[in-house]
Amino acid sequence: MKHALTCFLIAAGMAVITAPATAAQGNPELGASLAGQGDGSGVPCVVCHGADGMGNDAGGFPRLAGLDAGYLAKQMQDYKAGRRISAIMQPNVDNFSDQQISDIAAYFAGLPTAGVQAPANIAGDLLASGEKLVKEGDWNNYIPPCSSCHGPDSQGVGSSFPALAGQHPGYIRQQLTAWKKGERDNDPNQLMAAVAERLSDAQITAVAAYLGSLSPDSQ
Amino acid sequence: MRNRYLPALTLLMFVSAPVFAEAPSVPVSLPEFAEGQYVHTAPTLEDLDTDDSIHPELKKVILRGHDIFMNTQQFRGKYVFNDLNCKSCHLGEGRLNWSGPVWPAVTTLPDFRGKNQHVNSLEERIAGCFAFSMNGTPPPYGSDDMLALVAYHTWLATGAPVYEKNIGGRGFSHLGKTHPGLDYDKGKSVYMENCAICHGEDGQGQQTADGHSVFPPLWGDGSYNWGAGMTRVFTAASFIKNNMPLGKPGSLTDEEAWQVANFINSQERPQDPRYTGDVKETREKYLNFHKFTNYGTVVNGRLLGDHDNTGSKPFLKPDSLRPRTFQ
Repeated sequence: MKHALTCFLIAAGMAVITAPATAAQGNPELGASLAGQGDGSGVPCVVCHGADGMGNDAGGFPRLAGLDAGYLAKQMQDYKAGRRISAIMQPNVDNFSDQQISDIAAYFAGLPTAGVQAPANIAGDLLASGEKLVKEGDWNNYIPPCSSCHGPDSQGVGSSFPALAGQHPGYIRQQLTAWKKGERDNDPNQLMAAVAERLSDAQITAVAAYLGSLSPDSQ
Repeated sequence: MRNRYLPALTLLMFVSAPVFAEAPSVPVSLPEFAEGQYVHTAPTLEDLDTDDSIHPELKKVILRGHDIFMNTQQFRGKYVFNDLNCKSCHLGEGRLNWSGPVWPAVTTLPDFRGKNQHVNSLEERIAGCFAFSMNGTPPPYGSDDMLALVAYHTWLATGAPVYEKNIGGRGFSHLGKTHPGLDYDKGKSVYMENCAICHGEDGQGQQTADGHSVFPPLWGDGSYNWGAGMTRVFTAASFIKNNMPLGKPGSLTDEEAWQVANFINSQERPQDPRYTGDVKETREKYLNFHKFTNYGTVVNGRLLGDHDNTGSKPFLKPDSLRPRTFQ
């Protein structure tokens, strides 16, 4: 089931690029107003993720701007259906229709990421060990590099492998830890769980710091 | 340490490393090494960095070889005419056991090779990868690029005994040469369930927005040609069993690995560089190889390999593929 949904969402994501209007295609203008209004019972998206979609590292709110629309839509669908658990997110999206979710996804996906400031004052050796994990992995512990799925510059691939470059370190750390503990499991075929549970806490801190230091824009 | 027969220790490395107490939700299930096998732990780039006994100039050449190995696409249109890199089939920088670790080519060659029926050097073996798996042409023998690759391979073999043949983790695995009951539709359903998420339902892989191949194509012009070792169903089955899906080695059953390998190798791909102009004749001529492939056989009413398509490569056979005799 999960797989069928993922395939559908990949197809839907492709349709956004290649095909004329379909039911699954989001309308970013409608999405903008939905993101500002909320689903009627919950907190509007922009309150935590910002009108610019940049999120907030200290609050653990991820950047949504520029992420793949298919990925964003799947996450909202998963919150709604309880496949991804969050006491905060679930009540904030559960009244949105499938079309509204697509609209909101299209809105955040279309927001610019230019000029994002990387966090300053990160220890050089922490960044270096994070870079190594991202680009080369740690095969002695059977940890493939992040880049083998998320792309050579961590800009994401398709709708199943989100961009990581320029994502807030706090959020990446929180999510990898959730996978490692089995608290997040909405990844296709356990591809992320397999890697996350082999990462040490120090490795999680290092990859999060390095990925957060990257520019979210293509090199 | 790495030049001793220590299978138990190497195994322990995989078993003991994770830090959690309970059983992992996705175990790393690899075959065990057989009694008496030589098990090698190839050096890492950190070892290279800290090894003062290696001349700085050699370090540079080894690193160049590593760079070519990891990003072979930098030679797209020169040596490589598909979307693959060396690392696509040799995971873990060519160091990983059960993932076609490349160092045994250093310690077991020169030797007679059934595929081309003559004694091969290390350079010639590497050339074979370029000619078949990369659907291209090798860096010229003796060139800087070839020397860099040879240096990287040789350094990975540091400490391994020359001409030792009983090597643990060599190649891809242990699944045997043939399997009964191969069925296209069974393989297709394994594929859709486990592989399509990365490699696509059409097997064409996935690229970044700027066209950089991330998940390699498994068939078609972007993939290995009909002469590549991976077209043998047993080779692909073994690779898949012990390496795929990425991060989940051993998660498919042997049966699933065989079926999906047969499905993947029942699709079209660029012509075998040894093509004589007739697919059935070519299959017969190289039957010691093609008896393990679907090339020149009819699958779903289609005679596989019956075409002149060489992909984006503007020639059929690289000049460096030639017989060698010592008469």
